[in-house]
Amino acid sequence: MPQPLDTLRETPSQTAGPFVHIGLMPNFLGIAGLYAADLGNRLCNDKTKGERIAIEGQVFDGIGEPLRDCVIELWQADAAGLYASASETRGVADANFAGWARTAADPQTGLFRFETIKPGRVPFPDGRLQAPHVSLWIVARGINLGLNTRMYFSDETEANAADPILARIEHKTRLPTLVGQRDGGGTYRFNIHLQGADETVFFDI
Amino acid sequence: MSAPGDNKGPETGAFLPRDRLWHPPALTPRYKTSVLRSPQRAPVSFSNTISEIAGPAFGHAVLGELDNDLIFNFARPGEAAIGERLLVHGRVLDESNRPVPGVLIEFWQANAAGRYRHKKDGYLGPLDPNFAGCGRTISADDGSYWLRTIKPGPYPWPNGVNDWRPSHIHFSIFGSGFAQRLITQMYFEGDPLIRLDAILRGIADPAAIEQLTAPLDMTASVPMDSLAYKFDIVLRGRRSTRFENRLEGN
Repeated sequence: MPQPLDTLRETPSQTAGPFVHIGLMPNFLGIAGLYAADLGNRLCNDKTKGERIAIEGQVFDGIGEPLRDCVIELWQADAAGLYASASETRGVADANFAGWARTAADPQTGLFRFETIKPGRVPFPDGRLQAPHVSLWIVARGINLGLNTRMYFSDETEANAADPILARIEHKTRLPTLVGQRDGGGTYRFNIHLQGADETVFFDI
Repeated sequence: MSAPGDNKGPETGAFLPRDRLWHPPALTPRYKTSVLRSPQRAPVSFSNTISEIAGPAFGHAVLGELDNDLIFNFARPGEAAIGERLLVHGRVLDESNRPVPGVLIEFWQANAAGRYRHKKDGYLGPLDPNFAGCGRTISADDGSYWLRTIKPGPYPWPNGVNDWRPSHIHFSIFGSGFAQRLITQMYFEGDPLIRLDAILRGIADPAAIEQLTAPLDMTASVPMDSLAYKFDIVLRGRRSTRFENRLEGN
């Protein structure tokens, strides 16, 4: 027998379940007095640099019903394309931008909404720039392993066309599932479909 | 975040690929809700970029004094949550067996009667006025963490006609990178409901179920006070950047 490798296996995922809000967003449920505020409820303040935008949408199941019990986390770069993370070695991110947020679908409508800024571009490992995007992670009852996807921006046609990740997607007809559609104001509509003809592209990152 | 004694600066390596056969698959028909909520197309794989390698960090400023003490964090003065008093402790490690310090761990659970403090839980087990069922902590420099709680009760749920969840505590863990984000559940050694559980049976490899099962740990128990269970959490490991080819100008 050779020496054993000193490696471990990742803890297996389990569904967040229907009561995920207790752990992640107790104030949202009306459980008061534990935490001053739910973590991740605010990305920006008055001093945050960048264009104010909102991202809004619903997550749909295989028969088109919106999930009313999911929790979504968002992770994105600041307006200059820097992440608020110790792993960010290219510079220091905007101290007035959190970069990470968490929200719950509305229990009646299933609508989720993030108020944020439009992110700058960040590099691909080979140095090319990626198109502006936000990373999203979706958990809920019935989802055994949190789902990773990205939202790109409808008004970044040129950057999207050159994006190295989007270029990897074989079926180009699926690309629109990754693009938030800007309305007249600064809101991007981004619906996520777990199944069906419009199934969102999910990533194995 | 660097491991203790590992003088090499920030973590910038890409993550080891996730072994998706070790996790439950998206579609586990015995767990009925997964049927309409499981993506049917293959996920698109790509090597990590800075968007996946970086991740948010949370300082101790977010923590309150009782955040990891579920017996007292919602209790009225002089009162305490009802149930079997427990310490749950362990370490956050990565797949390279290195401690992962400074990461936020959130937990939630049912009370001793198997009831959650959630408007959607209609189980007839009563609420405990002194128990909210949630808490959080941050892993220490050696990756260790602990929480104090009461043992959650098993409870029936509308899946099969007579399906019961084994006692469990939900854990949400951040790593140092967004691609390490993980939610899981901890089960208790010896619980006969484990082998019947429709959610756990979605896991193919029995060794993976064992990894979610915390053993009784008498060495950490507190005489005349609390039993203890040990639950180590393993996050995805990072590739070493030590031997990586450097691109010109990078």
